[in-house]
Amino acid sequence: MGFLVLGTGGSVPSRAVKNDELTLFLDTDDEWISTRTGIRERRVCVGESITDLAESAARAALDMAGVKPRELDFIICSTVRGDKAFPSLACLLQERLSASCAGIDINAACAGFVYALDMADVFMKVRGYKRVLVVCGEAMSRIVDWRDRSTCVLFGDGAGAVVLGPSDDRFISRLSVTGDWKVLYADNSTGNSPYAENSEGCYVRMNGQEVYKFAVSAIEHDILYLCGREGIRPSEVDFFLLHQANRRIIDAARTRLRLPEEKFPVNIDRYGNTSSATIPLLLDELNRAGALKPGQRLLMSAFGAGLTTGSCLFRWQTKA
Amino acid sequence: MVYEKIAGILAEYKGMDVGSISADTSFEELELDSLDTVELLMRIEDELSVTLELEEAMKTVGDLVKAVEAQKDGGDA
Repeated sequence: MGFLVLGTGGSVPSRAVKNDELTLFLDTDDEWISTRTGIRERRVCVGESITDLAESAARAALDMAGVKPRELDFIICSTVRGDKAFPSLACLLQERLSASCAGIDINAACAGFVYALDMADVFMKVRGYKRVLVVCGEAMSRIVDWRDRSTCVLFGDGAGAVVLGPSDDRFISRLSVTGDWKVLYADNSTGNSPYAENSEGCYVRMNGQEVYKFAVSAIEHDILYLCGREGIRPSEVDFFLLHQANRRIIDAARTRLRLPEEKFPVNIDRYGNTSSATIPLLLDELNRAGALKPGQRLLMSAFGAGLTTGSCLFRWQTKA
Repeated sequence: MVYEKIAGILAEYKGMDVGSISADTSFEELELDSLDTVELLMRIEDELSVTLELEEAMKTVGDLVKAVEAQKDGGDA
């Protein structure tokens, strides 16, 4: 079983922050950031909420799909931290859209989009759902430590959405968790209980070298694994949509597989790492640019805190 | 043997002449940043079938050769 991508949408905050602007309060420079990461600017929420971005991305995807919110059967949102601890982003979005279906949030960190696609596929197969909305909405600017030059420069805010419908095409995926939380994490607020010690400073903490090592190996492994399962060579895949965490991770994985650069689209230069939103944002850009043709094979591969990986392979189809 | 392999991998990665690398050459001189260092460790692991830990103390090509040789000796024992 697989799915049709009936519509895609993306939304980023209006405020762009270029690398040079970060030098106003960080000991860093444009060359240092761009050569180590490929990032030139990122978008940062000023007045926008995650729900605002998610709504805007969702409406763009619904418009393209020609699907009304009331016709949705389910909403899956992916976020590492929504606007509220509860209700979920999916509930906030459902209310905004005046949709009538149920919805949930998932958190597989930066790999969330592929996990959400996998769940949508299962819901369509098992429950017979016909219209599933998947939205990844993230505001990393709220959880990075803006005093830490090694992490805050990497992330950005944004949302990406897809409206999916069932199809008979194949969708294959591989999800994994390798328990190793200390490599990449952000603590939650512990509140103000009078019975416990409460922590301050719930920021993103990362060991960049370990993440790099894990990511490059995981991407190479998953691409070979999925192509092997499909009985194709990696060169037969039309586009590899990799999680946009660091340009050098993407380049290293591509070099190992000896694949051409044009099959690995990037937008990290403009948005940085928007966690689970990177792949749907990239997909929407390619789709709106007319770069995707029916029948093309897309392979998505993401990795994130956990450590999680999520990779999938399917053919691009927008109509039954 | 280990030294030649590692110097070869380094020279290829940096696109430089292997003759300009010695055991005393530091990663700083080679202008290797933290991600270059991991990338090199991964390539060395693949080519020499060893598992290397990322250590701050490793500063020169010689340090890297020692770490790999220690691994190989340990593995043989």
